[in-house]
Amino acid sequence: MWFRDPAFAAGVRATLPVLLGIIPFGVITGVAMVASGIPPLVAMLMSVLVFAGASMVASAQLLASNAPALLVVLTTLIINLRFMMYSASLRLHFADAPLGRRLAVAYLTADNVYGLMLGRFAEHPGDPGKYPYFLGAGLVVWAAWQAAVLGGILIGAGVPAQWRLEFAAPLAFIAISIPFLRDRASVAAAVAAGVAIVLCQDVPLKLNILIAAAAGIAAGLVVEKRK
Amino acid sequence: MTLWLTLLGMALVTFALRAAFLVLPPGTELPAFFKRALRYVPAAVLTAIWAPEVLVQNEQLPAGVVAIAVAWRWRMTFATIIAGLLALHLFAWLI
Repeated sequence: MWFRDPAFAAGVRATLPVLLGIIPFGVITGVAMVASGIPPLVAMLMSVLVFAGASMVASAQLLASNAPALLVVLTTLIINLRFMMYSASLRLHFADAPLGRRLAVAYLTADNVYGLMLGRFAEHPGDPGKYPYFLGAGLVVWAAWQAAVLGGILIGAGVPAQWRLEFAAPLAFIAISIPFLRDRASVAAAVAAGVAIVLCQDVPLKLNILIAAAAGIAAGLVVEKRK
Repeated sequence: MTLWLTLLGMALVTFALRAAFLVLPPGTELPAFFKRALRYVPAAVLTAIWAPEVLVQNEQLPAGVVAIAVAWRWRMTFATIIAGLLALHLFAWLI
């Protein structure tokens, strides 16, 4: 069985340093969702069904400002587009696995689980321990995330306002975004997106995140071509 | 009702993106241009989420700069959050 495989235990152990980042971000996400007026049970359900923190924090802000449902879903799509990149790369490892396993891999895909997986198996694509390793890492990250969100939901509005804990959400995004700045083109994409969103603060319906995404992608492509 | 629709939409869209290439028939590829464009989505979108909080609200700018430096040097979410929050309170106390 997969959970008796030594690779499963290796996957579990590999997540331990990563949990230090996941747990505070999960707590912040839980607090942000409740603070934006999402009922606690719906927030927990969202955490289980969507399981993508960045898009949940952004959606919570949009919902709090009464943005239309379609825009919230569209923003979620844009923020989570990176998962499509991950799925294209994970296919190289799991193409021959049964459908059930591929769906499990899909559901458990998260930034850091993908990162751990790639770090260990990029050089050894034929390793039979890939699936148990992925499950070990993915299940621990999943459980820690859900527990952290639940904690955040329970804390909810109980945090004193003078702690300024709401600022922890952008701080977590800073930490998540920086590792994606791998070369000049991706730095250009980030700078262009940041400038665009600040200039477009007053665009109605918070469409500014879509404009910023387009500006960032364009800047990245232009800088990439110059080389 | 709208909240439930939103939740359902978010869940479907997110799972579809995660599962896309794991369930599509082998050999299915994205158009080359789309693939190149996709590479810049994380850097652009994740930055766009935090940029207004740090750049528009002047009193949060110094703490944001501290957090960026810590994230850049140590790549640790936990350290970045702690450093940014401490810096926010420190600068508020100094000014």
